[in-house]
Amino acid sequence: MNILYNRILGGKTGVRGLLVMAIVLLICIPCALNPFWVNLVGKYLCFAFTALGLALLWGRAGILSLGQGLFFGLGGYCMAMFLKLEASDPISTKIQSTPGIPDFMDWNQLKHLPALWVPFKSLPFSLFAVVALPTLVAFIVGLAMFKRRVGGVYFAIITQALALIFSLGIDGNQGYTGGRNGITDLKTMWGWDIRTRHAQYILYFATCLLLLLSVALLQWLLSGKMGKMLAAMREREDRLRFSGYDVSMFKIFIFCVAAVLSGIGGALFVLQVGFIAPSLVGIVPSIEMVIFVAIGGRASFFGVIYGALLVNAGKSLLSDAFPQAWLFCMGGLFIGVVMLFPNGLAGGWDWWCKKAWPFLMPAARDRSVKQPAAEFAEVSTKGQNP
Amino acid sequence: MIFGYSLSDLWSIFVMQSFSGLSLFSVLLLMALGLTIIFGQMGVVNLAHGEFMAMGAYTVYLCSTIVQRHCPSLTPYYFLVAIVLAFCVCSFFGLLVEWSLIRFLYKRPLDSLLATWGLSLILQQSFRSIFGAREVTPVLPNWLMGAFNVTSTIQLPINGVFVMGLTLVLTLGIWFFLYHSRIGLNMRATVENRVMSGAAGINTKLVDRFTFSLGCGIAGVAGAAFTTIGSTGPDSGSRYIVDSFLVVVFGGMTRLVGTIVSAFGIAQGQSIAQFFMEGTMGKVMILLVVVVILMIRPKGLFASKIRS
Amino acid sequence: MSSSTDFLLSIEDLTVSFDGFKAVDSLNLYVDRGELRVIIGPNGAGKTTLLDMICGKTRPTDGSIKFRNQELVGKTEYAIVRAGVGRKFQTPSIYENLTVFENLEISYPKGHSVLGCLMFRRTPEIVERVHQIAEEISLKEFLDLEGAFLSHGQKQWLEIGMLLMQEPELIMLDEPVAGMSTLEREQTAELIKRICKDRCILVIEHDMEFVSRIAHKVTVLHLGKLLAEGTMEEIRNNPKVIDVYLGH
Repeated sequence: MNILYNRILGGKTGVRGLLVMAIVLLICIPCALNPFWVNLVGKYLCFAFTALGLALLWGRAGILSLGQGLFFGLGGYCMAMFLKLEASDPISTKIQSTPGIPDFMDWNQLKHLPALWVPFKSLPFSLFAVVALPTLVAFIVGLAMFKRRVGGVYFAIITQALALIFSLGIDGNQGYTGGRNGITDLKTMWGWDIRTRHAQYILYFATCLLLLLSVALLQWLLSGKMGKMLAAMREREDRLRFSGYDVSMFKIFIFCVAAVLSGIGGALFVLQVGFIAPSLVGIVPSIEMVIFVAIGGRASFFGVIYGALLVNAGKSLLSDAFPQAWLFCMGGLFIGVVMLFPNGLAGGWDWWCKKAWPFLMPAARDRSVKQPAAEFAEVSTKGQNP
Repeated sequence: MIFGYSLSDLWSIFVMQSFSGLSLFSVLLLMALGLTIIFGQMGVVNLAHGEFMAMGAYTVYLCSTIVQRHCPSLTPYYFLVAIVLAFCVCSFFGLLVEWSLIRFLYKRPLDSLLATWGLSLILQQSFRSIFGAREVTPVLPNWLMGAFNVTSTIQLPINGVFVMGLTLVLTLGIWFFLYHSRIGLNMRATVENRVMSGAAGINTKLVDRFTFSLGCGIAGVAGAAFTTIGSTGPDSGSRYIVDSFLVVVFGGMTRLVGTIVSAFGIAQGQSIAQFFMEGTMGKVMILLVVVVILMIRPKGLFASKIRS
Repeated sequence: MSSSTDFLLSIEDLTVSFDGFKAVDSLNLYVDRGELRVIIGPNGAGKTTLLDMICGKTRPTDGSIKFRNQELVGKTEYAIVRAGVGRKFQTPSIYENLTVFENLEISYPKGHSVLGCLMFRRTPEIVERVHQIAEEISLKEFLDLEGAFLSHGQKQWLEIGMLLMQEPELIMLDEPVAGMSTLEREQTAELIKRICKDRCILVIEHDMEFVSRIAHKVTVLHLGKLLAEGTMEEIRNNPKVIDVYLGH
């Protein structure tokens, strides 16, 4: 019970955070918003998975990756391939010159299903691939980079190049991947129609639950020695090597965890939105994922989820109303988050809890934690002697 | 007969493809030079560099439009002036950007990466709002059009030769400037040891400002050169930024030679690969090769071993 | 040249050159178990580079470093640490945002792999060892204090404590008393003499008084080469050493 409370739920602050988030996601949003918006929020939450991964990778371990879109895309395309194959059964596609294969393959004169696609006819395999493929790629890339002590800017640029290579590779192979238009017209998963409103609500709740579970998992991960290790690694990586740790294995591990989270986000995205395209997995989306995390407050799991929600909501609202203004805003956000509010939302929340709220609410002063006596005296005398 | 071409045909293709590769090489080299100067000197990653290139291209386009509208007879002459103007405009903007943003970000490469990406978004949208979303091309003077007939089967486009020449002149100029002038010495000293340079009376803040605006000016010239080989749109810059950074990282970032060889290799590789494979796949193959090589040898081709 | 030795640490023909400059030149050094060897010499003599090579931070261009008859050259840092070599750096490097307890705990030679780290439990055995070491380095009252709040001298001791947690057989200390007060120096000398019992210790120092207090044997390096070796008395009276380093 103690382990559950302290390590998985994250103690007092962790439980509070999880509860608040659960209420917001599972109750407030479905009640307050219409189905269209609920589906949109569901879509944003898929990006939140990637943000969670980055909060771990960048916020806690200090490794910036500008290529999480790659893993998002890997997970997404695995799911899309399965769904597309299901939607391309011989009966629905009988007007094609080669029935039984996806439409874009038919347009490209392919005569039979490429070998790469065949395993994705099975749901268990596809689900397995959603998790395994990002892990494998992350493991290989991580092994190559971290064993050679590549970090910082170099690593960021190479991950960016990888995301570019992936999106270009998909773009240029229309016959095999659907090309620039992506994989569209997805209908059912194992017979269950994913396009109905009912299905969308179920998928929304499933996404929320998986997200909350992921947060709990990450909290468990960081509650023990691993958390202290990462703090030490971010601060003094060299020193950790001299304490006998193979730092590169830890980095690879964290990189894989972040990759899996992104992959799951990608798969859920495809289920909720109904398509995937290279424009969603290249450089631009990858760096946008970083901004969600930066806005949310890099290391805070709850912060980055709210960050993802806010930024995406802002994007949808603003680009509808003022399409020209959105890029200006986004650019301004990037600059602002670096120059003015590097601790993001979480930092702001911290400031509110520790400084502003105790200052505003006399009753809360006595209950507030870690207030040294001197500060107390100063605040109370200020109030009495003008 | 290979691939359906005779050997002499293949040779001609090779030469002409290499030459178009050379144009790309010129653009990449100029971009990489600017980036190396900025990153090497100040530890700042400038993701908006592509937008400075676009700025140079748009400056040339503006000059072209003005000349066409008011004195079309000046068409053969305006181009060289426009290049110089592109350099000046971009340097000036570089100065502004350094003063307002970059100077807070020295030695913070990841922060500067994010901030300059934001800047690039703002610049891209500005281009879109001012010049429209469609791609534009300046009216090129006649002497830039057409091709040399070097042999009966080999034709080299004149604009390509021009771009090459321009790049050569600029590269030599930069090399000379960095290694044989007072200001260049100051710049190199500031990079090596900022504190000592300051103590020796070098105004390091001014040197930084100058360095950044020089880097942006070079990007502007790259943009001007770019107008001769392609059309310019709001996101032209972002198309080359990743390649340019890969060139920088691949070349090892310590010596000019490294940057040149790296730019040459990547540009030529892309050009030749693109002939044999469809468009994007050629680029993908080369990028993949570069990334794999970088994974094996992370410090790039020409990194020197120094005492840590 | 012997290939298997009784010495705990035997260095033979060790050379490293950086772009042509030989920081260490054909150095031979042999240290016994239980010996406290101090290495002195002017700046640039190659002392820190020597330690860098033993602990794996720098790769020598030639020569061999044998520890318990195991070749260390070519191994990664963490492998060398796990083989029983511990190093304390010139500037105190502890984990500032972890407490003293956590600093010591993280140095415990268990749970170093990813899986081990995830499955790690703070057993009573570990707690006891931390307390034991904390007592040894006079930081028992400060176990819950964050590393950042320790004084300079205390940080040095904490680092020595972290080394002791690893249970190494060879300890290398790079200027352990730099920046310490006289009292702290005395305490550190006592501490070092105490921990020397079953291990061999290599110390780099400039403070001659401190050196004479602790050294069994002294090695003098100059320009990457061995200049002289012997007891403190012999070294103090060696004319070459006086010329180059100690002064008249």
